[in-house]
Amino acid sequence: MHPAPSVIIFTTLSGLGFGLLFWLGIGLPPVTGWVAFVFFAIAFALAAGGLMVSTFHLGHPERALKAFTQWRSSWLSREGICAVAALATMGLYAIGAVFLGATWRPVGIIGAVLSLGTVFTTSMIYAQLRSVPRWNSWLTPALFLSLGLSGGALLAGQTAIAAPLLAVAATVQLAAWQKGDTALQRSGSTMASATGLGGIGEVRAFEPPHTGTNYLLREFVHVVGRRHSRRLRVIAFALAFVVPLLLLFLPFSHALAGLAALAHLAGVACSRWLFFAEAEHVVGLYYGKRQPAPGAQPIS
Amino acid sequence: MTTLPDKTDRKMGLVIDLDTCVGCHACVISCKGWNTENYGAPLSDQDPYGSDPSGTFLNRVHSYEVQPEQGAAQLIHFPKSCLHCDDAPCVTVCPTGASYKRVEDGIVLVNESDCIGCGLCAWACPYGAREMDAAEGVMKKCTLCVDRIYNENLPEEDRVPACVRTCPAGARHFGDLGDPDSDVSRLSAERGGMDLMPEQGTKPVNKYLPPRPKDRIEDQIDVLAPLLEPIAADTGGFIGWLDKALSRLPGGTI
Repeated sequence: MHPAPSVIIFTTLSGLGFGLLFWLGIGLPPVTGWVAFVFFAIAFALAAGGLMVSTFHLGHPERALKAFTQWRSSWLSREGICAVAALATMGLYAIGAVFLGATWRPVGIIGAVLSLGTVFTTSMIYAQLRSVPRWNSWLTPALFLSLGLSGGALLAGQTAIAAPLLAVAATVQLAAWQKGDTALQRSGSTMASATGLGGIGEVRAFEPPHTGTNYLLREFVHVVGRRHSRRLRVIAFALAFVVPLLLLFLPFSHALAGLAALAHLAGVACSRWLFFAEAEHVVGLYYGKRQPAPGAQPIS
Repeated sequence: MTTLPDKTDRKMGLVIDLDTCVGCHACVISCKGWNTENYGAPLSDQDPYGSDPSGTFLNRVHSYEVQPEQGAAQLIHFPKSCLHCDDAPCVTVCPTGASYKRVEDGIVLVNESDCIGCGLCAWACPYGAREMDAAEGVMKKCTLCVDRIYNENLPEEDRVPACVRTCPAGARHFGDLGDPDSDVSRLSAERGGMDLMPEQGTKPVNKYLPPRPKDRIEDQIDVLAPLLEPIAADTGGFIGWLDKALSRLPGGTI
């Protein structure tokens, strides 16, 4: 898939922002007044800023309100509703905490659940797609949720919670990469099934439909070099998990905590780039752009 | 509404004969011609006369080489457009309700005035049947020429999709695949009409007819070969002398 910057920035920032809102909603840390203002400003900037960026890739952003109507079937619609509900509820809670010094716990808990729900619905937009086997797995919501929760805990300064959650997210990340690498092969979609010609013999793309490129190739057939992706995985893993974990075990200081959060943010952005760039859409099979699954061809 | 209907009254669709298609791309051109000047936003081209042209098409013809275990490779031309799936994943993912499947005939359409151009329906389609128009920012797809097939201003023979009407080889057939007695259903049953990527669970309405088994040219040569063996055992005259003279030269056979 084409790694569009708007979608990478959106999912990275808003995942972190809603993760922070979750912890603020359940009262970790139990902040009020000016301290609360700073925490909520960061959380809203990340969550709402990410949502704003996500509208940049729309062909008609002026019609975006229509996207709230199809919650019965569409995960994208559910995400929009969940995000607005989470921001409104947490906004109300923030007003109480910042200006009135009050902690309306039930409001905070509802906001926390909606915040987590937003991260979940975002992940399901990708996880629901059978056409992208790498995403079509329970590991996609697991990855988004564990990253949101651990990154949020890191930003909320909850070191005791952040460390184990980072370890969980790191494990899910490794599992997602490992399972993802064989997902296309396991999906059963091959050039043979795509063309229905596999019964005759080995299928090879002889000539594409046009001499030039097209929307499908630009959007769905992004091929990353294997060595390139291995290096980026190491960088993403080190920045998102290893560096923050090491910094968490050093004596606490705001500078080190800030550094840990920044490293985590950069690592997650790198991981999210790979999430898109490495994802193989099955339409690539029609263009002969995907290596057919070994052994899936009737004749080798 | 982007929930799919439980069932549609009819299942209008195409049967595409891979045995007959000659790969002339006439269906591609007639599709672009009709759909750029009728229903919905035009199908734009970017840099059409420059060095890097590209554009929106609702129908594209691929060509594949298939190598059987024995015998010669076959070249198969493969037109691909929307399959108007019964279980269309492009419809359910739409957040605005712009994408829908019609109850009366099963055609999958986009209401362009509701489309926000998020592109998720194109992501959900395993076949690459939907393309975002770069000029209009809305999703374009095959309408099964919904503005032709019911159009009483057209002569009756023209009330079929433009691709079907134009195909010079008769490789494209249009009809109701929900009716088992329709011409297209019987054709598909007779010829073993198949679904593309059935493992994706989309239940396509359009069917593809696989190429018929090819004649084996090697077998034909074997039948005629004995008749083509040289029958002159004894050669004389000038040709006989020349044959012997050449054979005696260094490197010649005796």
